[in-house]
Amino acid sequence: MSLALVLEQLLNGVQFGLMLFLMSAGLTLVFGVMGLINLAHGSLYMIGAFLCAAIAAATGNFFIGLMAGIAAAAAAGALIEILVIRRLYARDHLDQVLATFALILILSEGVRMIFGPFPLYLTVPSVLRGTVNLGIVDYSLYRLALIGFGIAVALGLWALIAKTRLGIRIRAGESDREMIAALGVNIRVLYTVVFALGAALAGLAGALVGAIQSVQVGMGEPVLILAFVVIVIGGIGSIKGAMVGALLVGVIDTMGRFLLPRLFATIFDASAAAGTGAALASMLIYLLMALVLIFRPKGLFPAHG
Amino acid sequence: MNALRMTALAALAVGSVGMAKADQVTVGMITTLSGGGAGLGVDVRDGFQLALDMAGEHDIRLVVEDDAQRPELAVQIAERMIQSERADILTGIIWSNLAMAVVPSAVAQDIFYLSPNAGPSALAGANCHPNYFNVAWQNDMLHEAAGQHANELGYENTFIMAPNYPAGTDALTGFKRYYEGELAGELFTQVGQTDYAAEIAEIRASGADSIFIFLPGGMGISFMRQFEQSGVDLPIISAGFSFDQDVLPAIGEAALGVINTSQWSPDLDNELNGEFVAAFQDAYDRLPSLYASQGFDTANLILSAMEQADVSDMDAFREALRAADFTSVRGSFEFAPNQHPIQTVYVREVVEVDGVLTNRIIGTAFEEHRDVHGENCNM
Repeated sequence: MSLALVLEQLLNGVQFGLMLFLMSAGLTLVFGVMGLINLAHGSLYMIGAFLCAAIAAATGNFFIGLMAGIAAAAAAGALIEILVIRRLYARDHLDQVLATFALILILSEGVRMIFGPFPLYLTVPSVLRGTVNLGIVDYSLYRLALIGFGIAVALGLWALIAKTRLGIRIRAGESDREMIAALGVNIRVLYTVVFALGAALAGLAGALVGAIQSVQVGMGEPVLILAFVVIVIGGIGSIKGAMVGALLVGVIDTMGRFLLPRLFATIFDASAAAGTGAALASMLIYLLMALVLIFRPKGLFPAHG
Repeated sequence: MNALRMTALAALAVGSVGMAKADQVTVGMITTLSGGGAGLGVDVRDGFQLALDMAGEHDIRLVVEDDAQRPELAVQIAERMIQSERADILTGIIWSNLAMAVVPSAVAQDIFYLSPNAGPSALAGANCHPNYFNVAWQNDMLHEAAGQHANELGYENTFIMAPNYPAGTDALTGFKRYYEGELAGELFTQVGQTDYAAEIAEIRASGADSIFIFLPGGMGISFMRQFEQSGVDLPIISAGFSFDQDVLPAIGEAALGVINTSQWSPDLDNELNGEFVAAFQDAYDRLPSLYASQGFDTANLILSAMEQADVSDMDAFREALRAADFTSVRGSFEFAPNQHPIQTVYVREVVEVDGVLTNRIIGTAFEEHRDVHGENCNM
C-alpha cells in the first residue's frame, strides 16, 4: 500500500463527496426553506443526465449538453413545483413522500417512453480526457475537473446565500416563513425559484456524473439515498452541513471500500476477506449516520440552532 | 324464444369445441420492462414475439407483465397469471433473485417454467424440478468459459471483480474453476454501484496483467467509462452480459477489443441465426442481443413441444420439451438431465461494423459444455 495509492483514494473520496454535495445541497435547501421532503430529487438528476446526453449527441458538444441538462432540470423543477409541490407545503411529510414518490414513477416512465429502455451514450469531452500527473500519481483529468466544478459551485452557492438579496430571503424563509410573507416577500415565487435552483444543482450533478456513469432510467435513486444520508449527517436544512456531510460520506465510503478488504485479508483468505470487506464497507456510512444521530440528533450543523 | 336459446346454446357448444381443438396455450411472461434493467426484458420479449410472428403462430396466447425488477412484484404477477390467466407456461424472468422467488412455487403448482435468462445454481442442482427448464445457461457457464480462455491468452495475474450478490459470487467461482493463473486481486463491489474510482485505483496498484469483470447492465457502462479515463491500460475479459447489444452503444469505443464469452453471437454461422438477426433488425430497427436470442429460442422450444403434445397432458408435453426438437439460433441445442443446456460457448471480440459496435466470434472456449451443479440433481 503505497502513498500514491492512498492519495489517489483520498482524491476519489473528495471527488465523490463533492458530487454528493451538488445533490444534497438542493435537497437540503428545499427542506430547509419549504419544509418539504422531495423524493423526486433523483429524477431531476436523471433528467439532467438524459438531456445532456441527448443534446451532446445531437450537437457533438458536451458543454452545450451540460447547459441543456441544467436548464431542463431547472425547468422541470419549476414546473413540478407549480403543478404538484405547491399543494403539499401545508400537508404533513407522509403526504409529501407519497406524492413525490409518485413523481419518481411518472418521471422514470416518462423518460423511458421518450428515450427508450436502453442506456444512452455520453462521454467525457475531449479537452478533459486522459490523465494528469500530480507528482506521485496519475489522476483522471475529468475527475480533477469534477473536484474543481464542485468547489466552484459550492463557493457560488455560498456567495448566493450570504451576499445576495435572494440569499437573504432564502435565509429568512428558513428561519421564519410566516414573517417573511408578512413582510411582503412573494413567497410563492421564492419557493419556485428555490426549488428550481435545487433542481438545477441536481441536473448539473447528473450531467457531470453522467459522462462517467451509465445514463439510464432509475440512475437517480441510489444517489438520492446517499444524499439523504448526507443531509441527515450534516443537519437537515444546512448547506454547510451538506458540504461537511458529503465530504465525510464520500471519503469514508471510498476509504472503507479501499481499506476494509485489506484489513480483513490479514485475518481471512482472499475471497472471504473481499466478501466481508465489501459487505462491511457498504454499511460504513450508515453506521456513521447512526452514530451522528445518537450523539447529535439534529446533525452536525443544525439549521435552526 | 326457446328456439333462440337452443341456437345460442348450440353456438356456444360449437364455439367451445372449436377452442378445445385449437388447444390454445397460454404463456405468461414476467419480465423487466421498466427501470434500469428494462433493456434486457424488452429484448427477451421482442425476441420471443418475433419467433411467434415468424412461425405465424396463433395458438399461443402471450400475456406479458412488468416485474420492475422487484421479487415481491414478480411473485404477485406469477400468482395472478396462474390463477386468473390460467397460464400453462411461465417464462421471462431476467434476474436470478426474482427467479428464486417465483420458480420453485410455480413449478410445484404443475406449471412449466422455461427460463430465458436467469440460471441460479440452486435450481440447476439440488432444487432442480421436472417442470423447470433453462433455455439460456446456468449462471456459472459463461464465466467458466472466460476463465478457460484467460489461460489460453496466457494471463497469469488477473484481477477479478463482481457485485456482491449470488450471481456475482457464481461469476467469480465460475471463473476461478477454470482459470489457472494467479489472482492479482479479488474484489466485490456493491450491486448498482456507480462509482468505481476506488476499484480502479486498486487495479492500478495491483500489478495485474489483465482484468476479469462481471458487471451487468449499467454497472458495466459506468466501470468502462471510468476505466477509459483512468489511464490504466490492461486487457479486459468478461462474460457477454457486460458487452452485448443492450449496453455496447452506451459504452462506446471503450468497449472495442474487449474479449467476452457467450453461447450466441450475431455472426454465428447458421441459417436460422442469419434469418433471426435480419428479421429482428427489420422488426425493431436495432441489432438483437444475446437476451433476444434466448427469448427467440424459448418461444421456438415451446412451439416445437406444441407440435408433439398437448399442454394439458403434462407428461407428454414435458417429454416433448425435454427432446428439444427445435432449431436453435445457437446451432445445436440439447438438454442435460437437469434440464439445463449442453452447449458450445464461444469467445467473442467487440468490433465496429459500419459504425455500430457489435461482437464477432474469434474462437471457442468449450464444446458441448454442461454445468457442474447437475451432479446434485436427482431427477
